[in-house]
Amino acid sequence: MEMVNITIDSRKLQVPANYTILEAAREANIAIPTLCFLKEINEIGACRMCVVEVKGARSLQAACVYPVSEGLEIYTQSPSVREARKVTLELILSNHDKKCLTCVRSRNCELQRLAEDLNIKDIRFEGESYDYSLDELSPSIVRDPNKCVLCRRCVSMCKNVQTVSVIDTNERGFKTIVSSAFNKSLNEVPCVMCGQCINVCPVGALREKDGTEMVWDALANPDLHVVVQTAPAVRVALGEEFGMPIGSRVTSNMVASLRRLGFDKVFDTDTAADLTIMEEGTELINRIKNGGKLPLITSCSPGWIKFCEHNYPEFLDNLSSCKSPHEMFGAVLKSYYAEKMGIDPSKVFVVSIMPCTAKKFEAQRPEMAATGHPDVDVVLTTRELAKMIKEAGIDFKDLPQRQFDDPMGEATGAAVIFGATGGVMEAALRTVAEVLSGESIENVEYNQVRGVEGIKEATIEVAGLTLKAAVAHGLGNARKLLDRIKAGEAEYHFIEIMACPGGCVNGGGQPIQPSDVRSWIDLRTERAKAIYEEDRDLPIRKSHENPKIKALYSEFLGEPGGHKAHKLLHTHYKQRENYPLDK
Amino acid sequence: MSTNNCCCCGQVDERDEKLQEIIKKHKETKGALIPVLHEAQELYGYLPIEVQKMVAEGLGVSLSEVYGVVTFYTQFSLNPKGKYKIQVCMGTACYVKGAGQILDKLKEKLGLDVDQCSEDGLFSLEACRCIGACGLAPVITVNEDVYGRIGPDDVEGIIKKYKE
Repeated sequence: MEMVNITIDSRKLQVPANYTILEAAREANIAIPTLCFLKEINEIGACRMCVVEVKGARSLQAACVYPVSEGLEIYTQSPSVREARKVTLELILSNHDKKCLTCVRSRNCELQRLAEDLNIKDIRFEGESYDYSLDELSPSIVRDPNKCVLCRRCVSMCKNVQTVSVIDTNERGFKTIVSSAFNKSLNEVPCVMCGQCINVCPVGALREKDGTEMVWDALANPDLHVVVQTAPAVRVALGEEFGMPIGSRVTSNMVASLRRLGFDKVFDTDTAADLTIMEEGTELINRIKNGGKLPLITSCSPGWIKFCEHNYPEFLDNLSSCKSPHEMFGAVLKSYYAEKMGIDPSKVFVVSIMPCTAKKFEAQRPEMAATGHPDVDVVLTTRELAKMIKEAGIDFKDLPQRQFDDPMGEATGAAVIFGATGGVMEAALRTVAEVLSGESIENVEYNQVRGVEGIKEATIEVAGLTLKAAVAHGLGNARKLLDRIKAGEAEYHFIEIMACPGGCVNGGGQPIQPSDVRSWIDLRTERAKAIYEEDRDLPIRKSHENPKIKALYSEFLGEPGGHKAHKLLHTHYKQRENYPLDK
Repeated sequence: MSTNNCCCCGQVDERDEKLQEIIKKHKETKGALIPVLHEAQELYGYLPIEVQKMVAEGLGVSLSEVYGVVTFYTQFSLNPKGKYKIQVCMGTACYVKGAGQILDKLKEKLGLDVDQCSEDGLFSLEACRCIGACGLAPVITVNEDVYGRIGPDDVEGIIKKYKE
């Protein structure tokens, strides 16, 4: 790599020639404030918070987009820089809805932190301010344009990364607003509810639809038997909400907190992930043996499902008919479990703690009610659970060791890895390879499908069959993969698609890290590491060896893919029109 | 491909076919969106959601991107225009010379707000950016006709000319 010599604040540095001033300064531990910048996602130099003085340049320059060059002299703290940043920030604050006390992002807000860091004591400018109504019709996402700072990070995420493109910058000048076409609600456009926009928002302009009050009410209702289940990705991220390092495993603390919150039973969605593998693995084997529709595409990610329903209806028959694990679990809890415990299914209240905002939408799909009651009553995000724990005054870091409850509390390593991209594929391969070959396979780690490369491919030789598999995460990558298949350029037996980049560990309901963390630390990798550690530590690592699952089939469900399993655990999909016109 | 059928007779709108030709003509060029929108607006008079959807589908871009462009440029309109399109220049020179009062008078006389069209389809009213005729400030235009150095009292006479 070619290096260049530069000076920042009279410190001489040698940095790679392809760096921006911001990258060079970061390496020298010189802090430059940013707001619109998010590495690789939004590098547009729009907000002007990162301006610096460059010797010889006519005006102040945006450090996030200004490339370094030999001999460059930069000043990050000169009087003109300080003044410009303050004025810019005051102007942004002048029409910001400053209700910080009641804002969901208070103390985790990049704008609030800038105001503190830049020592803003007074906002000198007063004028017109926004007065927009909230968009809260979506079951997953609430949009509050009054808090929007027009950084465009969400727009870039939605348009460039996810290729969903349902929000954009509309109007101009003071009236500029990030919104959907024709001011439609997110509920009326082809939004897939993935929530990635929330994760990149620096302020409180985007948030999940709050479900905590419904859960508090259920917990306080003596007539209800309230059970909670937690997805695999939650346990490797929840700790971040309590100041713990990224990638901390907090399974025991999470379970103990849920007990203290008063849930009657604390179950592990991982058990249902093992169930999903039994059903989906059987589906794959049947389709291969009987000449069924291939490739089979996974259906665990409700954001991906909705994306497919809107944009790739020709692939709907390729989707696995399996419900996602927490929905399967809900159906089992309101049938098998209710029966076993002698509880009226209408009194079983199921709460799912998910790293996901699309699951809020999924839970409301009318198909997801196998027993006549909604399979899952409320979905909370990882962030919402953290808020409940804080509200209850639980000291999250100091709790006794606790384990999930029986009868649905045991899970395998295969289920845990559902939380990372490639995990469902790997879990399925662990089972399918053994079932097809009829032999026990020692090495269960399929490294080809791990990691954060956008599209991963694997070829597995099993029982005389060459199984071709592909994994895509992030909907932009899913689009690329599907277009390749449509064009006849690629052929597979089995495909895993997750809506969120990195899979569920980086889901739209996960703890929000500010851009100065997100830009430089790969959250997907750090959280996935914890997932794979958890897998390695578990005694059973193949879904079909889970004794609870075996018991569930022998006592209740019968055969995988059988009649009862189909009734409770499978679903169907429908094409959705984009922007239907009023007739 | 979505097309609009007439609400009364179910016939396919001929303009939709023309729009498809316009899209085809520009599709392969970079930056096709704005020229297509210009021609579409000429064709329909404005750019309702039906038209923007056809443009988006035809060019392979999202509706949200099309809408973002349409709302950014003042010459694109989401609302139908009248037979006589009245524009009041709100550029700096016209503004300080009293364009605001002229606009108010027009609103009063026409019974319209900015960006509205009269029920009989005769007049529509817009406030626009500088049209480059600052020497004549304040200026209004009615279609291609330009009226300069006018005051609120001239408004009634101007409207009357087009009512006949």
